[in-house]
Amino acid sequence: MFTFFTHFQISESKQAFSEELFDFKAQAGQNRRSALSKPSERVGVRFRLPPLFSVFSHRRSMAGKWLPAAELTASGRPVLCPGEIESSLLSSVDLHSEENPNFPNFKSGILILTTHRLLWISDSAPGTATAVAVPLAAINHIFPLKKSIKSMFASPRIRFQVSAAPDGKVDAGGSNLAVITLVLRGKGDHEAFVSKFWEAWRARAWESETPKSGSSSGTGGSGSREGESGWSSNGLRLAGVSGILRKEQEMWESTDKSLQEAFQDLNALMSKAKEMVMLAEKMRQKLLSGPTTQPGANDEEMGSKQEMQDWMLSVGIASPVTKESAGALYHQQLSRQLADFVKIPLEKAGGMINLIDIYCLFNRARGTELISPEDLLQACSIWEKFDVPVMLRKFDSGVMVIQNKSHTDEEVFARIKSLALKPDALKTGLSASDAAMTLGIAPAMAKEHLLTAESKGFLCRDVSADGFQFYINFFHEIDPSDLYFVKDYGIYDTWVKAALASW
Amino acid sequence: MQKLGDLKLPNFFNYPPYFTLQPVRDTREKQVQLWKELILDYCRTQKIFVIGLEEEFPLFSNPVIERTLSHEAKEAFLSALVAEGRAEWMDKGHKKCLILWHRIQDWADLILRFVRENGLEDSVMTVEEIRSGTESRGTELHGMDRTVLMRALKQLEHKGKLAIFKGTSADDEGVKFSL
Repeated sequence: MFTFFTHFQISESKQAFSEELFDFKAQAGQNRRSALSKPSERVGVRFRLPPLFSVFSHRRSMAGKWLPAAELTASGRPVLCPGEIESSLLSSVDLHSEENPNFPNFKSGILILTTHRLLWISDSAPGTATAVAVPLAAINHIFPLKKSIKSMFASPRIRFQVSAAPDGKVDAGGSNLAVITLVLRGKGDHEAFVSKFWEAWRARAWESETPKSGSSSGTGGSGSREGESGWSSNGLRLAGVSGILRKEQEMWESTDKSLQEAFQDLNALMSKAKEMVMLAEKMRQKLLSGPTTQPGANDEEMGSKQEMQDWMLSVGIASPVTKESAGALYHQQLSRQLADFVKIPLEKAGGMINLIDIYCLFNRARGTELISPEDLLQACSIWEKFDVPVMLRKFDSGVMVIQNKSHTDEEVFARIKSLALKPDALKTGLSASDAAMTLGIAPAMAKEHLLTAESKGFLCRDVSADGFQFYINFFHEIDPSDLYFVKDYGIYDTWVKAALASW
Repeated sequence: MQKLGDLKLPNFFNYPPYFTLQPVRDTREKQVQLWKELILDYCRTQKIFVIGLEEEFPLFSNPVIERTLSHEAKEAFLSALVAEGRAEWMDKGHKKCLILWHRIQDWADLILRFVRENGLEDSVMTVEEIRSGTESRGTELHGMDRTVLMRALKQLEHKGKLAIFKGTSADDEGVKFSL
């Protein structure tokens, strides 16, 4: 029971999880769905996609004829399949097939080895990049590196044999054979790459995934639980209250078991980490769907659920870019992964977020593969070179934030202006903490916004024993040649009326 | 409406940012302009010629909203008046400022008008008489600052409208008008 049960959950929550973190393309691309749409909807969409390598990019090119296209995120990072983890990365790699003259020549791209696929991504701007994948499942044989005098001078070549369909398309189930050659022109530890390639191929990580995702993708959506059939895996009837209770009990047991196993020792925890992430995601999903049934549920409960959800959300990037896997391309790849990652926190924070906050969130999501602040800063500064929708911004005060490129100060100014025009703010001014509370942002950030608004002339300051306050600026409305004149319906007029009572 | 002496204070006198030197250029320019006008208005109605930066000055604080100008702000506003020729620093340390709500030229014109109106075209007066004599009572000259008066008289002497001569003591200078 346990195995089947977790099986199912793993595949389902993995789907959801990877959807959450990596499938930005689906959000930003074709459908332009709101990122805030219900997770259940997103899961549904995801389920309709074929489970593994046949996830085609809508940008199908010539390459698709021979190799399956690979999906990329908006920043040009590959969208990984559930359970797929990156293990190595090389730059300046050519990919071609010597036997097939029609096979397109993939020149000088980035090669990413994952547990499931060999991805080749052209080294061009995101959005125009071509990406293809060779499923490791289709590989029949990897030829060892040639050691000869000649090979000392030429770029190393890795050759491997793949199964292909009769039309030449690389396919795990194909009856034909084809040889693909990788030419490693860039620097890097090529032998280590070959051995990792071997390991990944031998580990056959894809085999443990395929059937499971297949089973859940059948009916689609979260409705296809085993309870649907009326029978649990061990043959017990799952209906009525007793059925629900038993199901609940089973779930507790399995949860308990995985928790116990996880904490036996650190190694076990590491191996269980993935499962834990999924469990967390699963719980989050449950919480998300739970409270809607009871509209009158008390606020405190809702609050704690919300908090729990936030915790759950922050768990886990399944395949963090590491120095070990990405080597020389570390910062570049990290930068892309970060660009994908910041989308959700950015939306929550209203389009602008403190660099420090992102550092915490990102490292929390990465788990053990922590990055240094320098790495983060470097990753952010490389954004300028890519066409990513986010940017690093440095305020005059030195505070650094990440913001959406589409984020405009005007929007913020409009909000601040309306805040400053409220009767209380007219009378006693607006402090950074007032603004932070109303705008739902960090006080340091609120202060930056207020200072920027001041520099644009929307606000002016009042420094006194009471502290530092901002007021709406109406100096320009006062006529120096007639100090007593108050123009009707101006800000000055509004202020006089609001403040008059307190004099 | 608040009053300070005979001066009716404008509404914005209770606007707290008015009492903080604004760092943003455009805003500050506007603020400085408003302060210049108010300082001149106040000095004119109160017949104040000298503002000491280290002394209490009623206009520079507002007890209603509990705000007082900083030294830096006072100096900035007065410097703006000086730049415009409406005030002069009386010392290098910028501790005292002479406020010219009438420019020296305007004062000189006032003196000439006073002389003509009183038929004093060829007579002799002491400086003190001009400042506090019965003839000047009711005019703007009455009670005016000695420094300002001397400056105006010197200007007129330069134009040949009068002659200043020393009396027996230093503070007893005489003026011979010759219009």
